[in-house]
Amino acid sequence: MMQPDRPVGLIGYGVYIPRYRIAANEIARIWTDGQSGAPIEAKSVPGPDEDTVTISIEAARNALARSGIRAEQLNAIWIGSESHPYSVKPSGTIVAEALGTTPWISAADWEFACKAGSEALTAGMGMVGSRMAEYVLSIGADTAQGRPGDALEYTASAGAAAFILGPADECLAQIEATVSYVTDTPDFFRRADRPYPVHGNRFTGEPAYFHQIQSSVKRLMHELDRQPQDYTYAILHQPNAKFPQAAAKRLGFTPEQLAPGLLSPKIGNTYSAAALSGLCAALDVAQPGDSILVASYGSGAGSDAYSFVVNEKILERRHLAPLTSVYLERKTFVDYAVYVKWRGKLVMG
Amino acid sequence: MDIAKHWRQRATRYRMQGQRHRETGEIRFPARPSALCEDPAVWEPYILSGRGEIYSFTVLRQSADGFVDLTPYPLAMVRLNEGPLVVAQLTDCEEAELSIGQPVEMVTRRLKDTGEDGVLVYGYKFRPVLS
Amino acid sequence: MKPVYIVGAHATSVAEHYEFSLADLALEALRGAFKMVTPALEPERIGAIYVANAFGEALVGQANLGAALASAAGLSGIDALRVEAAGASGGLALRQAAMAVICGTYDLVAVLGAEKVTDKLEDRMEAAQMLSIDSDTEADIGATLTSQWALLMRRYMHEYGYEAADFAPFPINAHSNGKHNREALYRFSITAEKYLKAPQIASPLNMLDCSSLGDGAAVVLVASERLARELTSPRVRIGGSGLSTDTAALYQRRDPLLLNAARQSAATAMQQAGVVHADIDVLEFTDPHSIAAALALEASRFVDRGAAPRHAADGGITVSGATPIATAGGYKARGDVGGANGVYQLVELVRQLQGNAGAAQVPNARVAFAQCLGGVGSTAISHILLAE
Repeated sequence: MMQPDRPVGLIGYGVYIPRYRIAANEIARIWTDGQSGAPIEAKSVPGPDEDTVTISIEAARNALARSGIRAEQLNAIWIGSESHPYSVKPSGTIVAEALGTTPWISAADWEFACKAGSEALTAGMGMVGSRMAEYVLSIGADTAQGRPGDALEYTASAGAAAFILGPADECLAQIEATVSYVTDTPDFFRRADRPYPVHGNRFTGEPAYFHQIQSSVKRLMHELDRQPQDYTYAILHQPNAKFPQAAAKRLGFTPEQLAPGLLSPKIGNTYSAAALSGLCAALDVAQPGDSILVASYGSGAGSDAYSFVVNEKILERRHLAPLTSVYLERKTFVDYAVYVKWRGKLVMG
Repeated sequence: MDIAKHWRQRATRYRMQGQRHRETGEIRFPARPSALCEDPAVWEPYILSGRGEIYSFTVLRQSADGFVDLTPYPLAMVRLNEGPLVVAQLTDCEEAELSIGQPVEMVTRRLKDTGEDGVLVYGYKFRPVLS
Repeated sequence: MKPVYIVGAHATSVAEHYEFSLADLALEALRGAFKMVTPALEPERIGAIYVANAFGEALVGQANLGAALASAAGLSGIDALRVEAAGASGGLALRQAAMAVICGTYDLVAVLGAEKVTDKLEDRMEAAQMLSIDSDTEADIGATLTSQWALLMRRYMHEYGYEAADFAPFPINAHSNGKHNREALYRFSITAEKYLKAPQIASPLNMLDCSSLGDGAAVVLVASERLARELTSPRVRIGGSGLSTDTAALYQRRDPLLLNAARQSAATAMQQAGVVHADIDVLEFTDPHSIAAALALEASRFVDRGAAPRHAADGGITVSGATPIATAGGYKARGDVGGANGVYQLVELVRQLQGNAGAAQVPNARVAFAQCLGGVGSTAISHILLAE
């Protein structure tokens, strides 16, 4: 279990989900004549002018608005994503410039499949907890791509979640502790210079997602001496609708604990933002004194688990930026043709 | 490949940094050189709120190089709350939703992809206010 | 304004001249203009060639057009230069030529508007036209020249309570006149019904309210009084010339619906010529879209602000109206020839003042007004031509 010397918490949070959706049955219409079961109802689709940088900027602006600090007070900006627009050249500097935090700030991009964002969060805890920094902006954001026709195409979606970490006495939710659990498990990967990731089908289940997530959550609860019923809400990485519900059941969480943060049926798998946007949705409805357990999962593989306790500052800050529900309700469905055009799957010659 | 041309405008494009007149308080966007008859330091940097309303709009069905992937796309003149007019693309909206006088807010989006071996250009666009 | 004359004028057809180069077109126009002059002038009497061209670099891949076209004409050694102010290049070249002649530098200047656009495909043409608007804050963010006019049209409709259909009389008039012009790109009529059904290009501008670029060259020969009096062929006097500029970026204007440069240049030209609006018999404007013609008519004070579409609906812009415009088809039917447009306007007005305009002749035209704009009116040049 990892805990900082100085207590650390979230002083601001912000989410972003693109306006567009494609229904899973629209994708099924193209590839299986509509005859396949859909892992979710719909997934979010980034607009033609959106990428990991732009969705990070909006989530970060929302987090800043809730934090009450000025952009130039940030000491680091870290973005976790598997879909950075450049392979070499940081997304972080673009986002930092947009927020107006440059030049005296640390910036870098993180990669660990779907848990790149939570790695940035853990690192931010360390920076603030060690007093090397007062405020760190940690972002998980993705505009993920699945190979046309692949199972991933039904779920790989887009979203961003941003958090400003700071001293616990300024926070709206304190991070009690975190654990990280990693093993070398190649359940899903994308080789350098390849456009689409590949996955090991059922191998992504037991030895990968379930093993890592169950390990991290059990360890964290054990070390904190907690039981599942001690938490108001539980958020588990959500690559589809089924996995987090199955894992929650095995771990002893109820559907009610899971529901507020379970966004994947409506927007798909937002990868680095999946667990973290669930956390934002839970913070949107949490009351002072509520506790939240969050576990990310990243292929390759590993899981970070966190324990949060919400305080009264949530009440005054949550309305300083759009709630997750605003983005969830703002939705315009596109058909497969528009989706293909926007996602760069058309051969333009 | 245009690098410096776009880089130079990052404050203008990413966060709508304009200028305020130190004496009159007038705000303008984007920044430009002080006039020949003015004190060169009379305009100071100022970040605009990014809020305004549609002054006029159009939807382009014929576009130029660099914007073909986006076509059709809406373009507007926006009257910013601080006074200046600006020309910008609208995003996350359809033509039927738009009207003159409608409140809009700035978002930072990808303006242009200058090619596989070129830079990505980011900048301000506007969308109907979220809620 | 001291006396200075146009003693010859000729234009090639506006077309997709795939088989002809810029030089081919320039030579045809030059030859035609000199043919109008009697007694014939020796080529060595030409003091200079002023080339009006907007798209040489972007669409032909050729700059240094003064030398390039002078040598194509076999006149190497002559003074030759290129004048550029986007769509206002032609008017500006005439102004510069007239001033040089008035100064006594030359007795004769050939003003050569030449544009070759069809060597490139449409996307490059649109990009070339975008060069006339502000690069950093307009073209780079996806605005095109056409979209700028569309923004003005929508605002105009909003402020003055018009529908898009109210602009139909402008292209209908242009096509009605253009079908009689052998040099026009489009020689057919259009109807209000067709206008209403045309697909949108940049809403509310539709396809029948957008001009098409074409290849072409036009020449006017500008002569001193001394030389003009040697000639027995007819001439036209340049009575006044006004040049003015406005912000390059449309959004920087306090009142975007007022084309300030057009207003100022028109006033200057009329004042120099000692004419008033009522004296003017026939007009040429930069009219790639109805809204451009409407705003230019209003800026130049031929009609009140907000009244141009009503004026057009009442027949005011037809050959028999109070302000006949686009008598050769305008940009819409004659074709948009980029930097050569200003010279095409002059060729048409010379015909009108000499009674050679055929079916679109304005009866007894004595005073003509030409105005061309660069960008969305960021450069404006107006001229008054007087029948002799």
